[in-house]
Amino acid sequence: MTDPLLAVERVSRRFGGLLAVNGVSLTAPEGRITGLIGPNGAGKTTLFALISGFLKPSSGAIRYCGADVTGEPPHRLARQGIARTFQIAQPFTGLTVRENILVGAHLRHPGRDAAVIAADQVGRELGLESMLDRPADTLTVAGRKRLELAKALATKPKLLLLDEVLAGLNASEIRDMVPVIRAMCRHGITIMMIEHVMQAVMSLAEHVFVLAEGRIIAEGTPAQVAADPGVVEAYLGRGAAARLGGARAN
Amino acid sequence: MLSPSILIAAIVNGLLIGAVYALVALGLTLIYGVLHIINFAHGALLTAAMFAAFFGYRMLGIDPYLAVFLLAPAFFAIGYALQRFIIGPASHGDDRNMLLVTLGLAVIIENALLFAFRADTRTIDLPYAFGGLDLGFAFVPWPRLIGFGAVFVVALALWLIMSATDTGRAIRAVAKEKLGAELAGIDVAHIYAVTFGLGSACVAIAASLLIPSYYVNPTAGNAFVLVAFTIVVLGGMGSVPGALIGGLLIGVVENLCSLLFGESLGQIGIFVLFIVVLLVRPSGLFGARA
Amino acid sequence: MKGLAPVFVVVTAMAAVPFLGVSNVTLNFLVVALMIALAGQGWNVLGGYGGQYSFGHAAFFGTGAYVTAVLQVRYGVNAWFAFGLGIAGGALVGAVVGGLTFRSGLRGSYFALVTLAFAEVLRISASVAPITGAGVGTLVKLDLHVAALQFGSRAAFYWMILTLVAMALIVTRLIERSRFGVWLVAVRENEDAATALGVNATAIKLAAMVISGAITAAAGCFYVQYFLFIDSGLAYGTWISIEALLTPIIGGVGTVFGPLLGALVVRGLGEGAQTVTGGNAPGLDLVVYGCALVLIIGFAPRGLIGWLAQWRHRRMRPAALAETGHD
Repeated sequence: MTDPLLAVERVSRRFGGLLAVNGVSLTAPEGRITGLIGPNGAGKTTLFALISGFLKPSSGAIRYCGADVTGEPPHRLARQGIARTFQIAQPFTGLTVRENILVGAHLRHPGRDAAVIAADQVGRELGLESMLDRPADTLTVAGRKRLELAKALATKPKLLLLDEVLAGLNASEIRDMVPVIRAMCRHGITIMMIEHVMQAVMSLAEHVFVLAEGRIIAEGTPAQVAADPGVVEAYLGRGAAARLGGARAN
Repeated sequence: MLSPSILIAAIVNGLLIGAVYALVALGLTLIYGVLHIINFAHGALLTAAMFAAFFGYRMLGIDPYLAVFLLAPAFFAIGYALQRFIIGPASHGDDRNMLLVTLGLAVIIENALLFAFRADTRTIDLPYAFGGLDLGFAFVPWPRLIGFGAVFVVALALWLIMSATDTGRAIRAVAKEKLGAELAGIDVAHIYAVTFGLGSACVAIAASLLIPSYYVNPTAGNAFVLVAFTIVVLGGMGSVPGALIGGLLIGVVENLCSLLFGESLGQIGIFVLFIVVLLVRPSGLFGARA
Repeated sequence: MKGLAPVFVVVTAMAAVPFLGVSNVTLNFLVVALMIALAGQGWNVLGGYGGQYSFGHAAFFGTGAYVTAVLQVRYGVNAWFAFGLGIAGGALVGAVVGGLTFRSGLRGSYFALVTLAFAEVLRISASVAPITGAGVGTLVKLDLHVAALQFGSRAAFYWMILTLVAMALIVTRLIERSRFGVWLVAVRENEDAATALGVNATAIKLAAMVISGAITAAAGCFYVQYFLFIDSGLAYGTWISIEALLTPIIGGVGTVFGPLLGALVVRGLGEGAQTVTGGNAPGLDLVVYGCALVLIIGFAPRGLIGWLAQWRHRRMRPAALAETGHD
């Protein structure tokens, strides 16, 4: 069996008295989509910050492409191929859409002309072609999410961490976004996605980890995880699984 | 080397001047704590107040210690107006712009004073300024002693305002959580202006206290204000006890350094300390982590 | 080269000025204005493009000035070398100050304060250190030869400073279109987002500070060659820190021509104020500068160039509205 692209080994992160991430271990196999779900405040975004280098683990290790990358700064991890999107889309205001993507494209293309061509290409792939010359802050929420993706994609990542990329989108926008994510996977990019939009996670992800109160409480295929009573309780509260089970029985 | 009595005198003097530093720093830290910007116009306001106190005595014969009661409200109003009608609107809410606007005001005020009164250094001679309290190990001039006491009165008054009045509570609310305060119906622009006014009033009081034992020229305020910045950073931005303790500490350190190393190097010592604190622990001794 | 055409046009036009029979007074005004523009161009790299507002750029100006002066006067170094070393000195100070402050993660108000403090430390040190002539300052001997980088005609000085300004214009334009410039602006707009895209923010800011220091130091070196005198107040005083930030902000922060336009406007206003009052008004020109700063921030935060660009866009609005925005 080949090494998973990403392996998080018993990683913990403490903030003063709060243990935001508690001994989490998970893997992301290469070229697949892995889901990370869990109720609010579970520590999912903190985990992404740890994987992408914005936070250092208090204990544990992170292995990427077989090498130990624990504690490496975020810009170096980005160069090695780990890209992330932010939960709240952060475009470079004052710059056009093209200029935004250009920042990412320049990671792989030092020269301006090649970088602009690459940025335009990524913009086209994500349906932003008509907006390339517009200021980034004139985009709608859906547009900003696409731009967020475009910036990350322009860095030609091997591992892409998507943090609630579907949040704030309506049903048709979600429907449009799902094939985009699948297409990225087909291009060989490994994806790990935090998502609350369950239908999307369940249809996209091949393997799902469930995080609650900083711990992994379940993992498996989407169907397995959905049926896990512990997962139901984490989302709906204690006793909910029993109540739902009882209601179903009647 | 240096006899203990000289050292003790230096420490006592340091405490006395440190109290006035603390008062200047108090205004600055109050403004930072609420508006979250460094008021670069602070020094210019101090200079302007010193000129006002000077001319109050020279031309109207008002004793500086009485002028306090006129200057404090006057400068409260000036500070309020500056924030409400110039700084606030011009900055459009951008912190960096606010820095620049206060810097611009500092340049305007200082150079307007230069234009009006030239660069000459002036002093006043209060008949009782040279008398003082002989403590045996140190001689404490009356002005310095009054200044020392006044600072604690002001600090107490501020504490009372903050804890017992509605405006004070509103100020604390805005300092902690501006958006929430706004949603609760607090007029943030007004509170900002009140805070700026209070900071300016502190500076006016400090000016009146300084005039009897100090000189005034268009750049006098600057010397104090750079020290005040150091104190505010050392004590913790936005911390009132930090400003008081920091002020006293810096006053003593500066006096000792001047005694041991000469005046210029004493000044450098303050700035080097300032830089070191900024680099190593910008939140200061009492401040919240930035 | 692409994009440098406007620079060449402007510089050529300005180079022609001495041939137009302008008075020495006007030439002097232009020389000083261009020197201030150069100082501002340095600030603009760090502040305009990088978004780090330094309130202590005098640290670089003064270092350039003192290195140039002291090397010539005390060590007999050739003026051209001294000039180059002065620029290097500015770059070095930039590296030290930047290295210390950016590694500590200082931004915003704190950054402004720390740069101010550094400039003050240098000023006080220079006012007491024997090597700089302490309070008396340093006088450079008059030696009107090209080898000593001194000229008999004001026009020659004008072309000298114009050359330096032109070089800074080219450097700024090249930065704008390079990866370094794109990343510098990204760090300014959103440091975290930039970092996530592989940008080493600390290294970028440090590089910007070194470049910024070098350019502003060049203005200081020129000051010495032109005025043949320097002391701690002139070298490291707040006046130059303020003018270095004023000119880009007024002219157009983060643009190539901003500092140049700003310097001409600001200095022009200052001169105007002095003429109106018959030259006997100390501080009046600075009052004008302060007012200009407050007004520009209030009404045109992107400077004159930004305001002109906005005005042009507003006139083009009807056409733009015709394209319906639909994501």
